[in-house]
Amino acid sequence: MMIEREYFYIVLGMGLVTFLPRLLPVYFLSGRTLPGWFIEWLDLIPAAVLSALLLPELVTTGTPRLFIPYKLDMIVAIPTLLFALKTKSLGGTVVTGMGLYWLLDIIFI
Amino acid sequence: MKDKNQISDSLFEGLSASWPVCLGYIPIGIAFGVLAQKAGFTPFETGFMSLLVFAGSSQFIAVSMFSAGAGAVSIIATTFVVNLRHLLMSSSLSLFLSRSGRKKLFAFAYGITDESFAVNLSKFKSGDWDVNRALIVNFSANIMWILSTVAGGYGGQFIRPHSFGMDYALTAMFICLLVFQLKGPVYVFTALVAGISAVLFSLCLPGNSYIIIGSVIAAGTGVFVKKYRQIRML
Repeated sequence: MMIEREYFYIVLGMGLVTFLPRLLPVYFLSGRTLPGWFIEWLDLIPAAVLSALLLPELVTTGTPRLFIPYKLDMIVAIPTLLFALKTKSLGGTVVTGMGLYWLLDIIFI
Repeated sequence: MKDKNQISDSLFEGLSASWPVCLGYIPIGIAFGVLAQKAGFTPFETGFMSLLVFAGSSQFIAVSMFSAGAGAVSIIATTFVVNLRHLLMSSSLSLFLSRSGRKKLFAFAYGITDESFAVNLSKFKSGDWDVNRALIVNFSANIMWILSTVAGGYGGQFIRPHSFGMDYALTAMFICLLVFQLKGPVYVFTALVAGISAVLFSLCLPGNSYIIIGSVIAAGTGVFVKKYRQIRML
């Protein structure tokens, strides 16, 4: 259970620079009166962030990224999206997406 | 007795909300543990990083930088850039944490990841959520992440995490949580702008800067469209 001193300090530094962007906004913004336009902007951030996280994972691959719109991830995403729109059930959508991905992965390999 | 019931309610509701995140972290955590082990890390070192950093993609990048012999400054600077996106998530969560104490804010901030943010934010928006339930989500995800990465470090090659479509759990979760956010034409427009611009930026910019750039542009455009619609309707 020994950790090299250098590794310890690097990971400590990584932890600190990861923690600060997580902490500073909740720490300084919560409880403050924010300007209206900023609240409206923050209100749109979740839809924007989720979409910006999701779509590139569905249609691009590799480093540097290549545009590949017919990946299995994208093919499964369409019925999964329809299921989510129809049922609004998180658990159901997760299980459906996993099931379809598993099934198609077996069929196509 | 009443307090006990409240704690067990929070625990139950928090865990019911976090299970997709926990499930999705298993295959990624094991994959990370295996990679770290191959790069010469002990399971203890792997767990130590998962505990202090708790941010998947930056940990993968750090391990490959360690193996390539990168220096401390460049590893830490890269970690900072890769994880800067949490600034946006923390900002939008702050709208719902006005009555929380400082200790809880510190504890909560530690556990903000893409996935815990997505779950907690949609719960906060639906109303019936508080910082205690959100902390349960964050810490259960955190524990699962640490355990999975350590397990991968111990015997990753003997575990087969890629079954039952577990690799797709987080993608499916994000699809559904995005659907929950689409409560009107402005939200749909914002999501489309964000997704399309993120794809374009991901093809021409290095790293994951496309997440911040795409989101900031899209939410900004969304605010303008919202104002324009309000003016037109007057």
